[in-house]
Amino acid sequence: MKNYETIILNNLEISPGYWRMRILAPGFAAAAAPGQFVMLRPEQALPTMLRRPFGIFRTGCLPPECAGLPPREYMEILYKIVGQGTKIMSELHAGDRVELLGPLGRGFAINDTDCAKLLVGGGIGLVPLFLLAEELIRRGHRVRLLMGGRTRDDILAVTEFERLGVETYVSTDDGSLGEEGFVTRVLERKLAKYPCAEVYACGPMPMLAAVEAICGECNVPLQVSLESHMACGVGACLGCVVKGTGHSDQRPNYLCTCKEGPVFSADQLDWGRVVNPGGGCLEGGCR
Amino acid sequence: MSVKRPNLAVNIAGIQLRNPVMPASGTFGYGEEYAAFFDLKRLGAIITKGLSLNAKAGNPMPRIAETTSGMLNAIGLQNVGIDAFVAKKAPYYRGLDTPVIANFFGNTLDEYGEVARRLADVPEVTGLELNISCPNVKQGGIVFGTDPRAAAEVVSLVRKQNDKPLIVKLSPNVTDITVIARAVEEAGADAISCINTLTGMAIDIRTRKPKIANRTGGLSGPAIRPVAVRMVHQVVQAVKVPVIGIGGIMTASDALEFLIAGARAVQVGTANFVDPTAMLSIIDGIESFLVEEGLEDVNQVIGSLTT
Ligand SMILES: Cc1cc2nc3c(=O)[nH]c(=O)nc-3n(C[C@H](O)[C@H](O)[C@H](O)COP(=O)(O)OP(=O)(O)OC[C@H]3O[C@@H](n4cnc5c(N)ncnc54)[C@H](O)[C@@H]3O)c2cc1C
Ligand SMILES: Cc1cc2nc3c(=O)[nH]c(=O)nc-3n(C[C@H](O)[C@H](O)[C@H](O)COP(=O)(O)O)c2cc1C
Ligand code: FES
Repeated sequence: MKNYETIILNNLEISPGYWRMRILAPGFAAAAAPGQFVMLRPEQALPTMLRRPFGIFRTGCLPPECAGLPPREYMEILYKIVGQGTKIMSELHAGDRVELLGPLGRGFAINDTDCAKLLVGGGIGLVPLFLLAEELIRRGHRVRLLMGGRTRDDILAVTEFERLGVETYVSTDDGSLGEEGFVTRVLERKLAKYPCAEVYACGPMPMLAAVEAICGECNVPLQVSLESHMACGVGACLGCVVKGTGHSDQRPNYLCTCKEGPVFSADQLDWGRVVNPGGGCLEGGCR
Repeated sequence: MSVKRPNLAVNIAGIQLRNPVMPASGTFGYGEEYAAFFDLKRLGAIITKGLSLNAKAGNPMPRIAETTSGMLNAIGLQNVGIDAFVAKKAPYYRGLDTPVIANFFGNTLDEYGEVARRLADVPEVTGLELNISCPNVKQGGIVFGTDPRAAAEVVSLVRKQNDKPLIVKLSPNVTDITVIARAVEEAGADAISCINTLTGMAIDIRTRKPKIANRTGGLSGPAIRPVAVRMVHQVVQAVKVPVIGIGGIMTASDALEFLIAGARAVQVGTANFVDPTAMLSIIDGIESFLVEEGLEDVNQVIGSLTT
């Protein structure tokens, strides 16, 4: 973990409302584990603006521009414009200065079992899954990505996963790309197919709750990456907690998203009474 | 001509600080969270997260919301509890060579006294900061720090249980802060720190819900700085004990405003979230200011306000 005062290498709109920012970050790639995040702040934002948390999408290295120049290591984020901070970020250009804190938090636990590895992403929730896919493939696993979004505009970077060798299955709520319907439908079908599976998911809370209901019913190990409002990102302010298993007013069990997460095993969390919005009954049953 | 570095050291109630800058309680964890970013030896002191008799789980989420030039928080004083602090956190401070000030609170008078007692023999703790911005659950939830009698009562009880240097941290949510300041000074406070957060509220206009689950929260950050400077100025006039200024300090010039108003040291809170190395820039900036002004000692700035 390091505090970088660095520059943007480029910042491009990749789909309506979604941007990709490449940031110069020497030494970052070696430190970053799949599922970790950064706290980012443009230097030209109001001096009082808090840093915003973003997942680490990719890391890489630019070849030396001319002989003698050291290679330039970078990290990339993908972000969706939702408010003031992300709006300001989208107005930045190559060479603009940013402050970057990271890599932070606890990422995905990788199990080298023979079980099918299913990655489930909803919209911008795709972000932490790329480094995970890269690592799983490096370890010789076959990886399948189930990617869902409201429309085709919310389906991001799928070709990059395909170039890694990931089998991808796209679904959209309106059918504008891939299969029509929720990504959880695809998940149910896949789970019915493999004798043994592990699921890694990131996306909006209703999607995660549905994935949890399905995996719970099928006894499939699930890890989820959560979002929470954060101030410090390092476990100091305790502003970012989520409810853990068995939480009650009498016996509270709060987990710190920035330090104990953002990736949690589903059985660490209190899922409340959220029922499977996808229906509750599995299409095809659990294998 | 040799350039002599100006003196930054100050003394608060017998605690010698190498410079007048320290973190504000609750924004710096127990200190170790930030050790990855800089050497904690650079700080004037370390102030811990608020400690209570029993571990406290804190409030429901969401607990924080950003506001214009500041933030609201209702963490609910989540902490490991005094015994876990002594057993698990305090050993970390051994050999750190930076004074450690334990911030603590209670829900009842007795709890305050008991925490103070348990901190009395902890060698790693140099001094105490007593947070009186808490409701007294035994007396209809009236906040100790908003009533001069209740405030004085807590301070004299703590004073009896523990003879380490005692800093009393005042709430700004009062009509006249000087009344409370004088009451705690008389009851035995060795120093006063102010201000804690101002109670505030923010609403999400789409969901019609408060932005934090607790409905109200404590406002901190630059938005409160002018209020804090005013209150520090008033308290400095009202008491003889040293005063530590807190509220919205982001830069060295912000810190200098408090020192000029008469604060002998400052605490930095929300700024740590914006920039984890903010305190270092503030320390360096104070030193540069002294050099620019041709001053040899930060104590020459303290209370130099002209009106
Ligand atoms: C671990 C983690 C990883 C994330 N990864 C990504 C990512 O890869 N891509 C991406 O686009 N977004 C990601 N997010 C969400 C992203 O942090 C928010 O969208 C962003 O903070 C919104 O800022 P804003 O100023 O545009 O929005 P505003 O609504 O104006 O923000 C106001 C305040 O609320 C906070 N806030 C608002 N929405 C969220 C949210 N969903 N999560 C946390 N804080 C929020 C902001 O940080 C800010 O302090 C992640 C969040 C977390 C916790
Ligand atoms: C997240 C957060 C947690 C806090 N926790 C405590 C606490 O435990 N005890 C305490 O006395 N003050 C606590 N405070 C108040 C700060 O110590 C400080 O008085 C206040 O934030 C004003 O300073 P600032 O504007 O520099 O942040 C907390 C503030 C914040 C933002
Ligand atoms: S964001 Fe501060 S503790 Fe997690």
